[in-house]
Amino acid sequence: MTRLPIRVLPCLDVRDGRVVKGVGFKRLADQGDPAALARAYEAQGADEVVVLDVSATSERRSARLDTVRAVRRRLSVPLAVGGGVARAEDAAALLEAGADKVAANTAAVRRPGLLSELAARFGSQCVVVAVDAAATADGGYEVIVRSGTEPSGLDAVAWVQTAAEAGAGEILLTSVDRDGAKAGYDLELVRRVRAAVSVPIVASGGAESPAHMAAAVEAGADAVLAASIFHQSTWTVDGIKDALLEMGVPVRPRFREEGVPVEAVRAP
Amino acid sequence: MTPQTRAVAVVRTGTANLASVRTAFERLGCTARFVSGAADVARAGRVVLPGVGAFAAAWRAVTTDGLADALQDRMAAGRPTLGICLGMQLMAAGSEEAPGTPGLGVLRGVAERYDDRLRVPQMGWNEVVPDDGCRIVPRGFGYFANSYGLRAAAGAAPWRSAWSRYGDRFLAAAEHGALVACQFHPELSGAYGRALLSRWLAA
Repeated sequence: MTRLPIRVLPCLDVRDGRVVKGVGFKRLADQGDPAALARAYEAQGADEVVVLDVSATSERRSARLDTVRAVRRRLSVPLAVGGGVARAEDAAALLEAGADKVAANTAAVRRPGLLSELAARFGSQCVVVAVDAAATADGGYEVIVRSGTEPSGLDAVAWVQTAAEAGAGEILLTSVDRDGAKAGYDLELVRRVRAAVSVPIVASGGAESPAHMAAAVEAGADAVLAASIFHQSTWTVDGIKDALLEMGVPVRPRFREEGVPVEAVRAP
Repeated sequence: MTPQTRAVAVVRTGTANLASVRTAFERLGCTARFVSGAADVARAGRVVLPGVGAFAAAWRAVTTDGLADALQDRMAAGRPTLGICLGMQLMAAGSEEAPGTPGLGVLRGVAERYDDRLRVPQMGWNEVVPDDGCRIVPRGFGYFANSYGLRAAAGAAPWRSAWSRYGDRFLAAAEHGALVACQFHPELSGAYGRALLSRWLAA
């Protein structure tokens, strides 16, 4: 196959060791224990779990290593971690604690050389660039840094190209406008970034339904990320995957110990 | 499992995601300790050769202090050894990523970069289809995160191969008794990976 099954990624926004979720990066409400939620989502069929320390940059501290360790102990699918990654040593500490990939955001915008350093030391498959983008009045997209609070003046499409060339192996692409709004992903943003880079894209911000996810895949996403709909039990990961399969989007079938997976993967 | 099979020695290859490997074995009731010396590799009942990152750097790590010889010796003797991702490529005859760097030569072939028309790195779950006779590698989906892969079959029988497709067919895994190499990450492959690791621990 030339295209892998679409990954469905629950995202845990963590603050002070608890999972929180808000609207437009604000109004954060408690959603539970990160390790317990990660385990539950894996059992539901999550292909990967993303942990973002939403307070890390603004409070000038690195993502909490104890949270990463606790999640790792219970999670046997990949774990991507972001939040306050400013130096290669921050990434090394996260990997040592149990992350499989590290996501850099604000610090990479300020110093793109960070991505090259991370790729050289850990390999591109380990380096995610998290890009928070907002639509601009002139029809473009601007990169927003510091947990969605500070416009950078940087064009989002130009930035992902720079980031991929610097060594980022994946783009975690979040629409700040759509975050928590449940109005669907910003498909135009996904399309423009898809046209600009060949590395995998994770669409993020605004998913409420499998139809939103299928649309993001159609626009070029390789993985779809959501938070609220899982935390609030609007959907289970399995429920999402069943619906995606119905719409012709290939997903990873469940493993059956007997051998052959029961469900077939269909090509789109 | 006997006490000996519950102890797993994980070779420090420099940049690998060692915590994931350790916790995967701990969940299966094992103790995993990290080793970097030839004597440890020679002595251990079970050895895991993990690896993420660059081939040349990992090769330097395994050729320090006679480690490569210890790995080759134990594999030649068929002692339980599991290579993961870059660890599998280190078991081959080299990689396009680092021309001139030899590899351990336990598996045939040289790791080649995936077609640039694909998304590279391959990042996600791909189907693993074992040839007849594989006892440890099950059929199912494993998690891959790699830009290079082996194309050739693992080696002459009794080596057995398992395959995936990314553009072209590539070697997803290989096994010969208790010698196992996986291009994917069993430690990150959920229930599928647990099944594989359990079978390896019993082999």
